Amino acid sequence: MAQRKIKVLVAKPGLDGHDRGAKTVATVLRDHGMEVVYTGLHQTPEMIAEVALQEDVDVVGLSILSGAHMSLFPRVRKELEVRGMGHVLLTGGGIIPAEDMAELEKEGFTRLFGPGTRTDDIAEWIQTAVEKSRASEGV
Amino acid sequence: MKDAETISARLLSGDRLALSRMISWAEDGDDRFPASLSRIYSKVGRGWRTGITGPPGAGKSTLVNELARVFRQGERTVGILAVDPSSPFTGGALLGDRIRMEERTKDPGVYIRSMASRESHGGIARATVDACDVMDAFGFDELLIETVGVGQAEYDVVTAADTVLVVLCPGAGDGIQAMKAGLLEVADVLVVNKKDRDGADRLLVDLEEAVHTREVRTDQWEVPVLPTNAVAGEGVEAVIDAVHRHRAHLEAGLLESVRRRRRVDQVKRVVGERLEDELWGGRRLGDRVEEGLDRASTPYDVAEEVLASILGGNLGAPAGDSRSEAARR
Repeated sequence: MAQRKIKVLVAKPGLDGHDRGAKTVATVLRDHGMEVVYTGLHQTPEMIAEVALQEDVDVVGLSILSGAHMSLFPRVRKELEVRGMGHVLLTGGGIIPAEDMAELEKEGFTRLFGPGTRTDDIAEWIQTAVEKSRASEGV
Repeated sequence: MKDAETISARLLSGDRLALSRMISWAEDGDDRFPASLSRIYSKVGRGWRTGITGPPGAGKSTLVNELARVFRQGERTVGILAVDPSSPFTGGALLGDRIRMEERTKDPGVYIRSMASRESHGGIARATVDACDVMDAFGFDELLIETVGVGQAEYDVVTAADTVLVVLCPGAGDGIQAMKAGLLEVADVLVVNKKDRDGADRLLVDLEEAVHTREVRTDQWEVPVLPTNAVAGEGVEAVIDAVHRHRAHLEAGLLESVRRRRRVDQVKRVVGERLEDELWGGRRLGDRVEEGLDRASTPYDVAEEVLASILGGNLGAPAGDSRSEAARR
């Protein structure tokens, strides 16, 4: 019988061209049995949310190394909500100072991952979080 | 969107979130999918389904992007289904076809859905036809189905598409490759992409030769062999023209029977899947196989025993009850 997979969008918003990290994370999530959509560079928040909708993903992971995280996370969140995708788990990582990370996490951007994170930790965290959110939705 | 009634009503009112979710239900084998499909099925059959297949790196995604661009110039809406392979080990997949179609993401007249092949090995996914039906009912004029990069014998795309494009590029083998059975035979249109590269002219000639000496087709359709340079958008109009001609050709004759056959295939697939679940879902038949093999019977002998027990009407026995009188007989 077909089974429900975890589908993740890995996206690079804004003006930063460093995607080694995003590609590494995408590969790791793939190796944890997830279906991973990778968008390529220079995506606007609108494009990211639109892709999330078309692909019906469970998770959006943003890779941000440009320093624009404090504006990009809320904008992607808003674009997701506009499209009825408020249930999507928004997470991400990159070069984000600890105090910014704490503030973003407080504002509900679930959990963020900085340099030095074990890649398996990201996959395991996503697995647990998606299972929890599916259970609470009852779907 | 928790039930079939709501999702189908929302899909028919043009809600793209409902469209996306219903495709997910098809992929996941959600038990709400059949009821949802039956509520929209009267709208299926309006869009034209073009399959794009060929080896990895031939330029399928780029061509799909260009086909969509030209269709949009003609004000036709486009639904794209792009299949990429799943890992046989982890079940995971990296879905990267969208990268070549990025310009289309901002266009509200285009919908792009990536799909992992999951347990299927024929170049498309189990849910591909279902997803096409859903996109069709939503109302797209043109449906483009991009297969995984295929080898010589993965051509399930014929079970999903009205018109099949096989995309090749130079540098992947000599003229003998063009003479082989398999993939090339399912092409309604042959595309030689990267026509600016060395060897393209030779490949065109070899393919034309192969097409013209082959009399296996019974539908009177002459397969065109068309050069493109998809990255530069060259030759794309000619491909679309060929798709239109093939469409007219089918509509003048075989279309109903082709689509009918596709539905028959679909029914058989569903019956097969359900039977497989029913048969092997419980432990009963699995135990019987193990027992047979323990007796050093051949796989054929064990299969005969299993079949006899199924066809003898013993399927109704409760699961796990393999030692009942009925089963031993």
